[in-house]
Amino acid sequence: MHQSFLLAGFGGQGVMFAGQLLAYAAMDEGLEVTWIPSYGPEMRGGTAHCYVVISDKKIGSPIVNNPDVVLAFNNPSFTKYEPIVAKGGLLASNASLITEQSRREDITYLPVPATDIADEIGNLRLMNVVMLGAVVTAHAVLPLDSIKRALEGHLPAHRRDMLPDNYTALERGAAFANALFPVK
Amino acid sequence: MAKELLKGNVAIAEAALRAGLEAYFGYPITPQTELLEHLSKRMIQLNRVFLQAESEVASINMVYGAASAGVRTMTSSSSPGISLMQEGFSYIAASDVPCVVVDIMRGGPGLGNIQPSQGDYFQVTRSAGHGDYHPIVLAPASVQEAIDFTVLAFDLADKYRHLVMIAADGQIGQMMEPAELPPMRPIRTERPEWALTGAKGREKNIVTSLFMQPEEEEAFNQKIQARLKIIRKNEQRWYEYLTEDADLLVIGFGTAGRIAYSAVEAAREKGLKVGLLRPQTLWPFPEDRLSELADRIRGCLVVEMNAGQMIDDVRLAISGQVPVNFYGRMGGMIPMPDDILTAIEETLTRLYSAAGLPI
Repeated sequence: MHQSFLLAGFGGQGVMFAGQLLAYAAMDEGLEVTWIPSYGPEMRGGTAHCYVVISDKKIGSPIVNNPDVVLAFNNPSFTKYEPIVAKGGLLASNASLITEQSRREDITYLPVPATDIADEIGNLRLMNVVMLGAVVTAHAVLPLDSIKRALEGHLPAHRRDMLPDNYTALERGAAFANALFPVK
Repeated sequence: MAKELLKGNVAIAEAALRAGLEAYFGYPITPQTELLEHLSKRMIQLNRVFLQAESEVASINMVYGAASAGVRTMTSSSSPGISLMQEGFSYIAASDVPCVVVDIMRGGPGLGNIQPSQGDYFQVTRSAGHGDYHPIVLAPASVQEAIDFTVLAFDLADKYRHLVMIAADGQIGQMMEPAELPPMRPIRTERPEWALTGAKGREKNIVTSLFMQPEEEEAFNQKIQARLKIIRKNEQRWYEYLTEDADLLVIGFGTAGRIAYSAVEAAREKGLKVGLLRPQTLWPFPEDRLSELADRIRGCLVVEMNAGQMIDDVRLAISGQVPVNFYGRMGGMIPMPDDILTAIEETLTRLYSAAGLPI
């Protein structure tokens, strides 16, 4: 098992934290993992991305040409990274903000109205966790519960009050993916 | 201790402090800043010295002062900042005082950019300053190695009374991996007998880099060279993978070395006889092992994130026994496993056809 993820969006959308949740979950599952951010002169509103590689073997490169899974949170990320998703991979887009559609037939396409779902829960900033819930469900590398435990273990102290809403976001994302791709 | 998900820069900082770092002096620069940031919090918590200096020149001279007093001390920076410190490195080396310097290399030359690079290889391995000496240079390729080599760096610095550098790059500094930190060591309370601790009631100690008489300066140089000879004999370190039956040896350090590992794995899946040598010390370079391996390989492929610097040391160690090929990226670009795999296939094709063997 060797899976690479690319998460991309605007600074402030929780790209880095969503990637870290994946990394913490993988570590807690006893897997090898690397997380690496883009660290150019990014700022809130600029574009940012991070790579996460999860493997049951030693990881060489933490960066890949063709990620198995791409989570695109905004239009520029979708345009840039849709073409590089590995064949047979998964592209998850935040369909609330992304106006484009994928026309690729060699990947699984998962458009999630994640900002709308987050808004229904009552906090737009839960979009990243909704996306993560959907991706982990559609692409079974890690159990949903491991992301829950990562949230519990690593949500910053001053955000602990948001834990229940984060769980809801994770479950709503998972439910959306399940409806789109029912587990056989 | 359990594994934690740690960022390279933070891991180095925390490992240094657990290895008994008493005083840190530094100046912020991307992609190294989290190292200084972590220490700015932790050193104060532990009632130790953290000082953000007015420049890199000031930082390294503060390190020189602290080291002269027998204090476990370090600084860290990235390429342009390391250039600014070079005069201080040379004075430190010429004064026989131990200290640790971390270089989280970035794209250059000049102000360059903030992306990962290995362009400082010549600078750090040759002397890192004027005059005849080499620092000991450790090159981690993972967050765990960054931790282990930081602890080792302090021990080697003390053991040899020598300047030890950790040469990593922006990728090692910025990435997070599960890694285990060492236990907290107690701070050293006794000072070495050569340290400047106040001469009341004893003969005075002198720490200097000034020897006006050439005879004296030559004698001092001979002392440094004798020490370097011992270091060269004792401290060569490397990581080796699938070299037993390898026709082609891929050689890379740090980030380039770990990406080359992925390429070697991919090459092996294709049935190609390829192995990896990843130097963990850049000075002393693992020349003895490479020279042994050169007896049974057909050729080498050196992979670096520069225009080809370590390749000079490879050629010296191999001494013309087999051909040496090169693949590199520059300016903050990172080689990808697929690109290295292509270079592996091209090199092997050339080696086999030169030997009249089927490919």
